[in-house]
Amino acid sequence: MLLQSGRAAKNKLASLNRTRTSAILVQGLAAALLVLASWYFVANAARNLLALGVSGGFGFLTREAGFEIGETTLLSYSAADTYWKALVVGLLNTLRVAALAMLFSTLAGALVGSARLSRNWLLGHVAALYVEVIRNVPLVVQLFFWYAVITESLPAPANSLSPIQGVFLSNRGMAFPVLVSLLPFELEYPRFSGFNFAGGGSLSPEFTALLLGLSLYTAAFIAEIFRAGFLSVDRGQSEAGYSLGLSQRQVKRFIIAPQALRLIVPPMTSQFLNCTKNSSLAVAIGFPDLVSIANTTINQTGQAIEGFLIIMAVYLTISLAISGFMNWYNRRFALRGAAA
Amino acid sequence: MLRTIRGLGALALVVFSATTARAQATAGTVVKKGFVQCGVNTGLAGFSQPDSQGEWRGIDVDVCRAVAAALFADARKVRYTPLNAQQRFTALQSGEIDVLSRNTSWTIARDAGLGLNFVGINYYDGQGFMVTKKRNVKSAAQLNGATVCVQPGTTTELNLADYFRSKNIKFKPVVIEKLEEVLNAYFAGRCDVYTTDVSGLIAARASRAANAADHAILPEVISKEPLGPAVRHGDDHWFDLVKWSLFAMIDAEELGLSSKNIDQQEKSPNPVVQRFAGASGEFGKMLGVDKRWAYNIIRQVGNYGESFERNLIPLGVTRGVNRLWNQGGLMYAPPLR
Repeated sequence: MLLQSGRAAKNKLASLNRTRTSAILVQGLAAALLVLASWYFVANAARNLLALGVSGGFGFLTREAGFEIGETTLLSYSAADTYWKALVVGLLNTLRVAALAMLFSTLAGALVGSARLSRNWLLGHVAALYVEVIRNVPLVVQLFFWYAVITESLPAPANSLSPIQGVFLSNRGMAFPVLVSLLPFELEYPRFSGFNFAGGGSLSPEFTALLLGLSLYTAAFIAEIFRAGFLSVDRGQSEAGYSLGLSQRQVKRFIIAPQALRLIVPPMTSQFLNCTKNSSLAVAIGFPDLVSIANTTINQTGQAIEGFLIIMAVYLTISLAISGFMNWYNRRFALRGAAA
Repeated sequence: MLRTIRGLGALALVVFSATTARAQATAGTVVKKGFVQCGVNTGLAGFSQPDSQGEWRGIDVDVCRAVAAALFADARKVRYTPLNAQQRFTALQSGEIDVLSRNTSWTIARDAGLGLNFVGINYYDGQGFMVTKKRNVKSAAQLNGATVCVQPGTTTELNLADYFRSKNIKFKPVVIEKLEEVLNAYFAGRCDVYTTDVSGLIAARASRAANAADHAILPEVISKEPLGPAVRHGDDHWFDLVKWSLFAMIDAEELGLSSKNIDQQEKSPNPVVQRFAGASGEFGKMLGVDKRWAYNIIRQVGNYGESFERNLIPLGVTRGVNRLWNQGGLMYAPPLR
């Protein structure tokens, strides 16, 4: 009996080994094919380009870019800088708009999502209308819309609106005072000179339109994720809370919210990824994001393959970083044992 | 996003196609498929733009038609691929198009670095600035601090930066990809200045401004933009054919041959005209086409002056430096002999 079961186990193990070996073999073969295929395509492209007399490689990155960039984040840049620096400026612009859009869309999404769950008829329906309208209109159309609203409805800088003292709204964007020193308290005010405002801080119409469009668009999806998260907590949970004598607010805060948030995190990751990738629509309305700068670079240098490789590598890195962070966050806050 | 996808498509062509490099016999392939695949602008009045019937018109389009007339004795055997500034070179390199005739400036970087051969120049242009007259700007030197609307992916962006750098003038570029949108931004007042080739400024002012008289083109022309058709490296025969199709149009104007009079001139005793009509000489054979190739071009497309007259004069463009060399301009083609 014992012997028999031992033999059976041995057989089982052997067959298991066989399956495992063949699995490894198949996977190895697939990997080898993949490597060979990519090698073929890379070599083929290189050969074609060489025959066409197109010089390849990343050497162009250290050449002088020679074009100006409308707005920069943190870094200062001039046409005398290299392509490399121009691309970094583009990347920082992408990160700035993507990070702010993620923040605002999460806040707006949470608000709209809870509004849609509210028992107030008007609030619920307004939120539902928002979600349905925004979600079903292509983002690029919305960007053109916001850009047109800003540039066509606001006056020229010479007759700009000034809703608050020192803040000016015009079709060149918003100019506002910035703090130059805390002690003594001193603000630098924008002044109108020649063509535009100088001094102080400013938000360009391109950045504003992109941030607004991206935030509102992503918020509609996030609102639905919040709603789904809250609705998926079992009714019994709140009933149990009430029977313990907790108030409605306490039930929401201590029973439902913690469970809902755990469900919300994983789908939020894809929204954050979409938000970052959608920011590449910036090029349509003239915000100098990474894709816009890379496009100009590709065109001036003719290094299309290298340029696209850079774009792909950067978005891949950003996306992997976001998912990495979100997965870490999820593992940390998921129920023990429930984390997959 | 769509743009990126299209860009990737062109990229894929370079990566996947096995024969782009050795497309030695472009003429043969073109004859086999029965039409010339010509890369043109997505819509630039006077150069290449579909008219209300969907028929492509413009001086760049006429070059494509001339090649078809030379090759097929039928100027209609052209298919057009509208290309934006970014796609155009990849489209030519990958073999997606046979000729690139899309107001493209001939520069060393493009000629030597991108695997292109420019066949000649069909429009001498230069970059200029357009401003609203309200601003009372009379010269580009007064543009310090101005916001400038510009399209990406062209020599325009570089010239702009170079010019202002050399004058130590500060400016803010607003770089918008589509012509439609960049013009919207300028006419909505988002920018003080719109810059592109002067021909483009004139075309935009004529076709898009609510009131053309409100916009002034500044006197400064900050660059040389010799616009011309290009083919890819590696096929000298095709290069010759496209080159001489263009030259034939320019030479015809010089000889006084036009679509209207070439039929009467055909019997002319003038040996130069004889060569043109194909009655004498072996030029067709040398180019590998019918001996009446030049006649067909002029009969069906017209000479360079006719093309200019038809496409650019109605927009308010003057001949200027694009007059023939013997009339004080720069248009000069090697002789058919």
